[in-house]
Amino acid sequence: MRRPLLLAAAHAGHATRAAHAAVIHVPPIRYLSILPVIVMLGGAIVLLAVTSLVKRPLRIRVATALTVVISLSAFGLAWWQWADVMSRGAYTSIDHAVIEDGFSVLITVLVTAAMALSALVAEGYLKREGIDGAELHVLAMVSASGAILMAQANDLIIVFLGLEILSIALYVLTAFNHKRTESGEGALKYFVLGGFSSAIFVYGIALTYGATGTTNLAQIADFLSHNVLVHDGLLLAGMALLLVGFGFKVAAVPFHMWTPDVYQGAPTPVTGFMAAVAKAGGFAAFLRVFISSFGVLSSDWRPIIYVLAIATLVVGAGLAVVQRDIKRMLAYSSINHAGFVLLGLQAASARGVSAALYYLFAYMFMVIGSFAVVTVIGGSGDRAHDIASYRGLARRQPLLAFVFAALLLAQAGVPFTTGFLTKFQVIIASVDAHSVPLAVVAMVSAALAAFFYLRVAVLMYAPGEGRAAEPAPAAELVTVGGPGLPDFGAQAEARGELNAALLLEDAPEPGEETPSRQVPWPAMVAIGICLAVTVVFGIIPAPLVDFAHKATLLFVP
Amino acid sequence: MVVSGHAFPYLTVLVLLPAGGSLAVALMVRVRQEVTEALGIAVALATLGFAIALTVALHANDGGYQFVSRHVWASSIGVSWFVGVDGISVFLVLLAAVLFPLALAGARSRTDARTFTAWMLLLEAACIGSFVSLDLVLFFLFFELTLVPAYFLIAGWGHARRAYAAIKFFVYTFLGSAFLVVGIVALAFVHQHQTGVLTFSLPALEHTHLSSATGVLLFLAFTAAFAVKAPLFPFHTWSPDAYTEAPAGGSVILAAVLAKLGTYGIIRFDLNLVPQASRTLAPLLLTLAVIAVLYGALVACAQSDLKRLVAYSSLAQIGFIALGTFALSTEGLVGGVLLMINHGLVTAGFFLLIGWIYERRQSWQVNELGGLQTPAPVLAGAFTVVMLASIGLPGLNGFVSEFLVLAGTFLTHRWWAVVATVGVVGAALYLLWAYQQAFHGKPRPAVADTRDLRWNERLVVAPLLVLIVLLGVYPKPVIERITPAVDRLVAHVEQVTNVHQPAVANHGISAVSKGGGR
Repeated sequence: MRRPLLLAAAHAGHATRAAHAAVIHVPPIRYLSILPVIVMLGGAIVLLAVTSLVKRPLRIRVATALTVVISLSAFGLAWWQWADVMSRGAYTSIDHAVIEDGFSVLITVLVTAAMALSALVAEGYLKREGIDGAELHVLAMVSASGAILMAQANDLIIVFLGLEILSIALYVLTAFNHKRTESGEGALKYFVLGGFSSAIFVYGIALTYGATGTTNLAQIADFLSHNVLVHDGLLLAGMALLLVGFGFKVAAVPFHMWTPDVYQGAPTPVTGFMAAVAKAGGFAAFLRVFISSFGVLSSDWRPIIYVLAIATLVVGAGLAVVQRDIKRMLAYSSINHAGFVLLGLQAASARGVSAALYYLFAYMFMVIGSFAVVTVIGGSGDRAHDIASYRGLARRQPLLAFVFAALLLAQAGVPFTTGFLTKFQVIIASVDAHSVPLAVVAMVSAALAAFFYLRVAVLMYAPGEGRAAEPAPAAELVTVGGPGLPDFGAQAEARGELNAALLLEDAPEPGEETPSRQVPWPAMVAIGICLAVTVVFGIIPAPLVDFAHKATLLFVP
Repeated sequence: MVVSGHAFPYLTVLVLLPAGGSLAVALMVRVRQEVTEALGIAVALATLGFAIALTVALHANDGGYQFVSRHVWASSIGVSWFVGVDGISVFLVLLAAVLFPLALAGARSRTDARTFTAWMLLLEAACIGSFVSLDLVLFFLFFELTLVPAYFLIAGWGHARRAYAAIKFFVYTFLGSAFLVVGIVALAFVHQHQTGVLTFSLPALEHTHLSSATGVLLFLAFTAAFAVKAPLFPFHTWSPDAYTEAPAGGSVILAAVLAKLGTYGIIRFDLNLVPQASRTLAPLLLTLAVIAVLYGALVACAQSDLKRLVAYSSLAQIGFIALGTFALSTEGLVGGVLLMINHGLVTAGFFLLIGWIYERRQSWQVNELGGLQTPAPVLAGAFTVVMLASIGLPGLNGFVSEFLVLAGTFLTHRWWAVVATVGVVGAALYLLWAYQQAFHGKPRPAVADTRDLRWNERLVVAPLLVLIVLLGVYPKPVIERITPAVDRLVAHVEQVTNVHQPAVANHGISAVSKGGGR
């Protein structure tokens, strides 16, 4: 009875395969789902074409304007996607390779907004450094499209595709300012380590495919929920390798080694872009792969993330304290922030994902705003990044100092800024998931982090050399013997004075007063937007919190 | 709990008025300093007006939260704008409202008065906001917000080692708050587990059932934050630095108002939310409080610096407040709350006067002042009154509250009260000693031409002296408003812990407060 039936099935299979060989099967595509990626990538190519077609190098203002227009149209499309997803629900496209849900739309909104803001910041930088052409913008847009793709990926191969598009453009961007040696050094380090981590990531995909028979994220989840692997070594190894790859991209300790050098070496507007976009893209895929595909295995990976989160929080905050270079300091601070986002992942719940998304979104504005100020202060040659450059900034440029102080305090988690809500929400998620000790560690690390943000604030509000009112105070008579050799005065009061020395050893040589910096108006607009979002949504939190909340509703199955 | 709605949103106005004033002052970039200062003082005085109206409108015999208003703020995380006052918090609001205009008028900044005024007003908004919050997260927001203006006031207008003091202050408090926020969230989830509702409302969370281990952990988390802020004995090391290095106006607010956030937090969080653990751990806290009283007095004796001396004397006084609080008797708690107000008035007086001495002599070392009384008799007179109040001389406000605290503690924890009484003697010792050195004797040549208080300074210190005497002679209107709220709190603690305070002859303090009603 059975045999002919099986044969018939085999025949039928054969017939279909033959038909396939004849016509290339194109899966149905809903173009709206990939429209922002097409716009960003296409826009980049058009911009590149225009640059090579016109005789003289494209004026920076024109290139920036075009980039902003392209990013904002992608931003607009993302909101159209949002309306679509909210009314019709999530869907997959291109043979289930790409998914369109609230989660991916939120990241698209984030990345396109970050692109527009970074372009505004970069304008002044390019003018100052005398770099013509649109290459920086083009590369950044390509990189941004990679980040969007990572958030939309519903297949490990697409995740890898997005990861590579994101990363390769970033390697080049890091080395963009070839006049600075640090730039080349950072880029090389990034490239070698990044290539290494990509290899590990691909190997992780291969092992996962070997264990589950698919690279599609939904099918992996489906397979794992219906099957129990007796020998799950292959699967766990694959998962671990994927974790390493993601850990590298989001700069989780111990995969963070590249971060300070790359952040320091990259042109400052690119650093801000990188901190916001690479982190968003990386975490988007990290969250999706681990929570939706490996959700069943959460008891296996949650403890690992727990340890990683603690290491990331502590190392990030701890090493930031001893940095003298503001970009390195912000690099370690971004590691600390990554630790907080890991709290959301560790919770492995809808609340955790929503908190992580909110964190990434709000952090984008804080970090791009902060690096925009650093870009301005960096001055010609992008060199003045020692924190001594910030001494007395409040006197020279009170508004800029105030804005920077506000953005740093927001990063520290001060109330009535989005910075507080970011931390509060991951803490809620963490406590909800019974990880109370982790929440405590996170908040203690936030207090440590407050120390180095305030250190910059103190310097900005410190009086200049020529202050006559009071005799030179004891605690500020430091660095006579050069950096690292603080001269403890006779009146030094045990440990107290040591802290003060650590704090203020950054006194510049007398007479070496940092000049005022002109703030280019596009950068001013970008900084203004960043500060406004950070403060306004800190006071009226509902719209942004609900945005992240709704984005998550359609994500966790 | 009696919730009484009111047409006029006093509390919201009390928070928003100084906040708005702060913003307005900050934006007045091209306006003369005098104008911005005047506007700042005007806003602070208007706030005081509303605070007085609020106190008058408060129903004296109602121990529940009044003037309650509630609006959803962020629904998906369960946080709401939920404010209300009872007899305890209303006087702290009033205290803040009284002291801010005095600090603004009495301790003006020489440089950049506009920013100074703006930070002060923001600090006032945050302080009042904390005192009126009935939502734990809202409380935490305001509690943390106070750090920012306080930090900038110390770092921007402080003395020689201000940068160090400011950062130490900020990081210490922030560290304490780390435990507080986790504690709040953990409590909310325990409550959600029991009722299915995620809320941070104080009155709702009061009825959470807690296992004794959870209760103790929560108690420790809350107390860590408030002990740093108050500061209670082993967590006080930031305070002498911060009080000394802060500008005069900053010291007034730090010691007189901000410190009360800590003691108020202990009452609101520890006693209201984890009464069982408060009862269990009361001996520990009482011991720390007694140590603070003795240690503060001892260290104060060794200080030659007036500001540090007041800082350590403050530590001892906060010890008394904690003593009264953890005595868990009506008398002790009423005394503790009253002492918060009195300590605020006295410390504000001290720091204002010391600020003026510093303006004249550029020093607050007692041995460099010597004989100040002859050239500046009014200054010396005002200092004497404030000092005697701090010592606890009968007839001045300090006596009433210290007596109540000691009496209340004696009822429930006899030996702690006995030991703490030694601290009262200590206070007399170090204050009189310092006073002798700084004011008595033949003036040194440098001190001889010191100007006495000007009329505007006299105008600032006069209200403080009046209040010090008034509360010493006739504290009844205050006590009869505090007592119902304290009664309710003590009843709540007793109901949960099932331990009752010993009965007092003639109904103790309740007889005083109910006397007016009959």
